[in-house]
Amino acid sequence: MNDFERGLERYIGRERLEKLQKIKIGIAGAGGLGSNCAFNLVRSGFRKLKIVDFDFVEPANLNRQFYFIDQLGMPKVVALRQNLLRINPDLELETLQVKIDAGNIMELFGDCDVIVEAFDNIAGKTLLAEKFYSSGKLVVCASGLAGWGSSDEIKIRKIHPKFFMVGDLVTEVGRDVPPISPRVNVTAAKQADIVLDYIMNHGP
Amino acid sequence: MNLKMNGKTVEAEENISLYDFLVSKQLEPERLIVELNFEIVPKEQWKDVVLKENDSIEVLRFVGGG
Repeated sequence: MNDFERGLERYIGRERLEKLQKIKIGIAGAGGLGSNCAFNLVRSGFRKLKIVDFDFVEPANLNRQFYFIDQLGMPKVVALRQNLLRINPDLELETLQVKIDAGNIMELFGDCDVIVEAFDNIAGKTLLAEKFYSSGKLVVCASGLAGWGSSDEIKIRKIHPKFFMVGDLVTEVGRDVPPISPRVNVTAAKQADIVLDYIMNHGP
Repeated sequence: MNLKMNGKTVEAEENISLYDFLVSKQLEPERLIVELNFEIVPKEQWKDVVLKENDSIEVLRFVGGG
């Protein structure tokens, strides 16, 4: 056990830490939601993550995503791996630089206990939700996080016992409603907290 | 005929497809996932599924951003 895990164990105890460490979480997308949700999950004690994203770190990501200016141009999954390992060097990370589509999504996340939907586009969100809605896995989606203000409207909706949606459900990213750090992070942190709470109470 | 959508009673034309029903309710199909009588119907089947009296439809709508 490393210093990070020892530090966390002081708060949550050995048994609960070991419970979290057994769970494999898939994160579909490593942008504003995925990168921030990932660090929250890692800091909460989860150790096995599979993170899938095809994209590269660019300047317009740095306002809200968990990347740094010296990582511009890197594949997001490579940069995120570096950053997460600085929190906990003993993570079991699978990072795949792959574009997720209807043909590969089932195989990509079939071995995960939990799936975090962290796409920015509607096609990805609906694809993941449709494919895994009745999968028996815990699925946590996001919808409605753009702009600033009214962050109490970013709510958690339990659609069925293993399917959750986080967001205000209406505020879409657009020309006049940009994605900005606080509301993106509120949403990503709530996604992580749903996973944490579910696993603490129920296991996989 | 009457259907239930997200728990509320709504009117629909006889023999309407799921896709046409969603459009008739001013929903944007590309934003949705749809459960019909407690089962997810994949998007590619929406034009072929014909709705019946008392069908129960649950619609989840997504907006973009992440």
